[in-house]
Formats: sequence, structure tokens, C-alpha cells
Amino acid sequence: MDLSAINPAVLVASLMMAAVPIILAAIGELVVEKSGVLNLGVEGMMIIGAVCGFVVAVKTGSPFVGFLGGAAGGAGLSLIFALLTQVLLANQVATGLALTLFGLGLSSLLGQGFNGIKPPATGKVPMGPLADIPGVGPVLFQHNLGVYLSIAVIAAVWWGLKYSRMGLILRAVGENHDAAHALGYKVVRIRIAAILFGGAMAGLGGAYISLVRVPQWTDGITAGAGWIALAIVVFASWRPWRVLIGAYLFGGITVLQLNLQVANVPIPVEYLSMAPYLITILVLVIMSSGRGRAAAAPAALGQNFHASR
Amino acid sequence: MVRLEKRPSPSRFWTMATPVVAVALTMIAGGIMFALLGKNPVEAIRTIFWDPLFNEQFASYSRPQLLVKAGPLILIAVGLSLGFRAGIWNIGAEGQYIIGAICGAAVGLAFYPVEAWYVFPLMVIAGGLGGWAWAMIPAILRTRFATNEILVSLLLVYVAQAILASMALGALRNPEGGGFPGSRNLSQYPAAANPELIAGTGMHWGVVAAFIAVIAAYVLLHRHMLGFSIRLAGQAPRAARFAGVNPDRLVLLCMGLSGGLAGLAGLFEVAGPAGQISIDFGSGYGFTAIIVAFLGRLNPVGILLAGLLMALTYIGGELAQFMLGLPSAAIQAFQGMLLFFLLAVDLFSNYRLRFGKREAV
Repeated sequence: MDLSAINPAVLVASLMMAAVPIILAAIGELVVEKSGVLNLGVEGMMIIGAVCGFVVAVKTGSPFVGFLGGAAGGAGLSLIFALLTQVLLANQVATGLALTLFGLGLSSLLGQGFNGIKPPATGKVPMGPLADIPGVGPVLFQHNLGVYLSIAVIAAVWWGLKYSRMGLILRAVGENHDAAHALGYKVVRIRIAAILFGGAMAGLGGAYISLVRVPQWTDGITAGAGWIALAIVVFASWRPWRVLIGAYLFGGITVLQLNLQVANVPIPVEYLSMAPYLITILVLVIMSSGRGRAAAAPAALGQNFHASR
Repeated sequence: MVRLEKRPSPSRFWTMATPVVAVALTMIAGGIMFALLGKNPVEAIRTIFWDPLFNEQFASYSRPQLLVKAGPLILIAVGLSLGFRAGIWNIGAEGQYIIGAICGAAVGLAFYPVEAWYVFPLMVIAGGLGGWAWAMIPAILRTRFATNEILVSLLLVYVAQAILASMALGALRNPEGGGFPGSRNLSQYPAAANPELIAGTGMHWGVVAAFIAVIAAYVLLHRHMLGFSIRLAGQAPRAARFAGVNPDRLVLLCMGLSGGLAGLAGLFEVAGPAGQISIDFGSGYGFTAIIVAFLGRLNPVGILLAGLLMALTYIGGELAQFMLGLPSAAIQAFQGMLLFFLLAVDLFSNYRLRFGKREAV
């Protein structure tokens, strides 16, 4: 056992990287849930994004195009969800589960023949002399674009929901779709747009896993990240900046347990690897038992809208 | 212009017809998918749905497999359907299945090599209790702390898989296995084995339990006060509260029942067809059972039929993999597609299509 091998600066830097897929997926799902739709298919959209991103990146040789492919894949799958729940008024919980089951099957079908290939590398963002500052440099200025993008997306969603007119309408639809409809807003269209955004973000997060974090393609590569993203939305009480806290907490535990595995801590690997899931459950319990939780969730969450008049 | 009009109550005709239409549409869409993979779609569909039952060459092997695969699916799906009806979403049946198998197998292995009549019954009890206890975690967290049972039950699947791996590599590993992962083979230990009861049918105790569960669930839902409470809580939660239905008790009951049944399914699987605790014991039955529950319209008799159909796609899928080189993932995608079509066609049970302009109100 050798704990001195764990370097705190590297630990922080790698937890920021580990959190990126979950931030992207969770912030997308946050927007979806703010519009009053519960899409439990995040895991399915992430894994489709992972495989699409990987295949596109390998075929084109460009990780950037790969990320676009991943986002398109995730959005494509979420379109099925949008069609089923918004147009055909299917149960959202059941449809979300179907999305995950279908996504897991389809992804390993699409990924055949891509096992064991290395994707084109995604470079770090050049930060010049900033990257060489001791301590701060490795933590803040030696990342690839995804890390900065994830934070930028949180800021954009926070600003958009809070200050823009579009955000206000989206929240209105999520709180009371009948009232929003009466005011003349197109409830179904707004929700479909939100679902597509959520799908694209989940796909982007998935592509980040297969292109940067792992980086290769194996079946079931997302390993529950989509479900953790869903849990983090609840943890965040539907507030964008808290998604960052939740995802960094989760990322930290994931990275720490991996480091402990490497450092030969006398705990079996299996028990270390279940830690992130157990901690997520624990955090969920703490968050949901607090007061005012019911008020935090969008009022129309999970309810289908059918204009009767 | 087409618009939808809500039916006052779900159409009986469409409730029965939707699974059939959904299966037909899935065959068409699946055929297109197989064609895109470069396989002959007609041949692929025939290999999946017809050959396992009627092909002279394979039917003798694959017919018994139908009950072997359908048993756990039906057993789990019946349990899940009770909760789904009441709006209680236990989607972690896969984890409860694994824990049930581990608990049951552990009891069996603890008695090894005692040959006594009571070993298997004790294993059955341990399996059911294991699954029940695993399902009680999300249930109690929901009733005590209002934690979302969907997320907790699902996250516990990953925990259960880690426990399974550690058991197969550690505590339950076969001491005479030469260091290979995996427990002793229970099917070769007569007091703990779950053998085929009638040769050539695939009938084992798990299948018997599945049939009993179907009948019990039917009686419960249609002839018992509790079944009425479950249906009421799902259709009109507010009315249920006024009628004196205790929602917390219902959560504990539905989660416990579904977890116990999933645990039993795991025990019967590990003592019979699978034979041992191994790293890859969890084969996704717990997730496929969700599709089975919906395809069977959350109705016990429907689930029986849906379980048999889903078992057929498993066996046919293996056959198609062997005969046509169809990837096994294609079948998983095919099963997911079935649920999509089912949910889409379900529109007709609850809504009527109206053509033409709407009248002025």
C-alpha cells in the first residue's frame, strides 16, 4: 500500500475530466426536466453518443467531427422519445426505459468491429505560460476542450434559464403546461426542442467517454453514467451550478477509488468500484430527505400534455 | 387534419390488439434492420420466430429452452407488474435477481456435501429473502426519506454486480476449482439441484413457481382487496388516499413482492440452468422482464404469453446468431424496438383518432 503515490494536483485535474460526461448529460437532462419532461433514457442516449462519436471520429480522423457525431446520435435517439411521449402521448417512465434498453442493444450493434481501436487523440487547449504555473497550472490550465466546454455550458444554461425570455417560457411550460398553453406558447414544440437539446448533450457526454476518458470502444462503456447523471439532477435540486458540485463530487470519488486500486489498498477491487454508486445513493437520500424538496422539482414533471381544447 | 380525442375509458379491443400490432410492426422494422445488416430479412424473421418451434432439426433442442428462458422472465415480470400498476417503479430487478441467486447458492454451498431433503427448500427461502431484502433498500429509502425508487433500485444493480464478482472470485469460489472464478456446480449436487422435472420439456421448479405466480397475481388483482388498492393507487392516487389506501405500505409490499420473486428467479436459475455463481451470471433477465411486463399489459395472463414470446426471441436470436451470423446485439435492439412500438400503438387504447376540422366549441 502506497498512498504517497497519489498526487493531489493530478487527482483534482483528473476528477475534473472524469466529471465532464456526467456534467454534460446532467445539464441536458436538467433542461429537459425544467420543461416538465422526465427522460429516463439518458444512459441509452449517452451510449449511442459514445458509439456514434467513436465511429465518426475513427472514420473521419477528426475528434471534433466525432463529437458532433456523438451529439447527433444522442439527439437522434431522443427524437424517438420526443415522438413517443409528445406526439403519441406514451408514458414517459416506460419510454425512457425503452430508450435505454434499445440504446444498449443498438450501440453494441453499431460498435461491432470497432473494439480495440484507438481513436484520434483530442489535444489539450494551449494555455501558453499559464499551464506552467506550479500547482495551479496542472489543475486548471492543462485540460482538453471538454472540461472548459462543460463549465461554459453550465454557465450558459444557468444564464439562459434565469435571465432569457426563452428560459422563462421553458420554465413556465414545466411548471404549468395548461397555463403556458393558454398564453399561446407551443407546449409540445418547446418540449421537443428541450428533449433534443438533452439528447445532444447526453450524446456529447457519451462521446467524451469513448473519445477522451477511456479512450476506446467497448460494449456497455457508459457503465451507469447516465443514471448517475439523472441522480445528480435530483441532487442539484434542478439548479445548474449545483450540477457542477454534484458531478465533481462523483468524479472525485471515482478517481479516488481508481487511485486506491492502483495503490494496492487492502480493500477488494469490487468493493472499491461499487463506492461511486453507493455514494450517489447516499447523497440522493440526504438531498431528498431535506425540507422543500418537493418545491424544487418542476410541477408538471412527468405529466403528458394533451390540448383538449 | 388529424387530432386526438381522449376516450372516456381505455378501449378493450385495442388493449388486446396493441401487443399483436406491436409485434407485427417490430417484425417489419426488425426485418429492415436485418436487411441493413446484409441478412435476408424473411429468413432472419423465420429463424427467430418459426424455426425454434417447428424446424425438425432444432426444435427438439430449442422447445424445452422456451420454458427455461420464459420461467425467470415471467416470474420477475409478474412481480414488477404489480408495482408498475400502482406507479411504483422497481427497475432494479436485475440486482434482486443476482442477490437472490447469491443468497440461495450460499445456503446450498454451506450445506455441501450434506444430502438431505431440506437443503433445496432452505435455498428457495434464502433466495426469496435475498431478493426481498435487496428490494427493501429502495422501498424503505422511498417511504422514510422520499428518495426516488427508480434511481436507487437501478444504481443497486451495479452494486449487486460488483458483489457478484467478488463472490465468484472470493467467498463462494469453488475450493476444488483450480483457482478459476465461479462456485461449485450446484446442478451436480443433488440435494441442491433444480433439475428438469419432466424430461424433454424444460420444466423445472422455477417454471412451476412462475405458473403459480401468474395464478396468484391474477387472483390478487381481480378477487382481493389488495389488488383493488394497487389498481386504484395507479389510476387515481388521490382517490386511493381518500379510500384509506396507505401509500407507504403499498410501496413496501409491491417492492418486496417483486424483489422476492426476482430473487426466486435468480435462485432457480443458479441451481438449475446456470448451475453456478459466476462473474457473468447476470444475463439481463431483470431488464428484459420490464419489456415482458409491458408487453403483457401488466396483466398476469398477458405476461405469461409475453414471457413465452420474449423467450422465443432469445432462443431464435441464438439460432440466428449460429445460422446466419446475426450479431447477438441485434436481438437486444430488436427487443427494445418491440417496447417502442408497443408504447406507440398504445395511443389507440386511450385516444380516438378524429379526422377533419374540429367543431367550434
